[in-house]
Amino acid sequence: MNPASGRFKQGDTVRVLNEDRPGHIRTPFYIRGKVGWVERVYGDFLNPESLAFGGDGLPKRTLYLVAFNQADVWGAGQPPKDKVLVDIYDHWLEPIA
Amino acid sequence: MSATNDQHGHEHPRHELSHYAKRIYAIRDLLLEKGVITEKDIQCQIEYQEARSPANGAKIVARAWVDSEFKARLIAEPKAACAELGIDAAALNEFVILENTEKVRHMVVCTLCSCYPRPILGRPPDWYKSFNYRQRSVTDPRGVMREFGLVLPDDVEVRVHDSTADIRYLVLPLRPRGTEGLSEAELAKLVTRDSMIGVMDALPTLP
Repeated sequence: MNPASGRFKQGDTVRVLNEDRPGHIRTPFYIRGKVGWVERVYGDFLNPESLAFGGDGLPKRTLYLVAFNQADVWGAGQPPKDKVLVDIYDHWLEPIA
Repeated sequence: MSATNDQHGHEHPRHELSHYAKRIYAIRDLLLEKGVITEKDIQCQIEYQEARSPANGAKIVARAWVDSEFKARLIAEPKAACAELGIDAAALNEFVILENTEKVRHMVVCTLCSCYPRPILGRPPDWYKSFNYRQRSVTDPRGVMREFGLVLPDDVEVRVHDSTADIRYLVLPLRPRGTEGLSEAELAKLVTRDSMIGVMDALPTLP
């Protein structure tokens, strides 16, 4: 895997930014604003929001595997152990104290 | 498909085309006209796309079932392990194996589009790209699995991977019980495409 320069490490609790803006955004709407944790740090990758419009993709962004309890995404009634895991770039996450 | 030759040497379908199909043909014609690509490039690319199939994935899984050291290498360095079997995974940006166990099942979707480990599994099935699957795989994965014939007890953890970025995922299904007598080639026949997407388990017996 690539080296990682981002802000988060495995196990950190994070919230996905609840922003909306045009462009080639790789953060699905259903996960915006949700709280999960970093399951795995994948390393630095070219930024698709730049690449999609002919840009150079720089600066690279750290990509994380972020895990969410299904109940925290869709509400009560979800099987308690089930999770959804989404690949999210550093600039779409914020730390939770 | 019925087709007709026109003045510029290749064939266009005769029936009425959708807006998107018209646009694709127009772009193809421009790329050819301007010499960006050739007819041969297009044909080679079609052949390359068609040559890759879930048989690649099945070969990898069957080897992992019979050889625990290979399985460890596959999980640690998936592309290098594929190369050992003559499978070229270099086209994948990053490749990650999700190992199923008795207590954990993985399922893969791309809710944004149709990201899929094509060098390993070929072209995705149409249902993988449907809005229905892309929505329900995250909101009701157990319901989707039930429709593929897999009913999981509550104490099994379901982990749905939304493949939104640079990583491509392949599920390593559980080896079915009672298959100790099967050869590696026979085991590969139990490994369906759908079991490597994770919507079902591998087949319990030879088809």
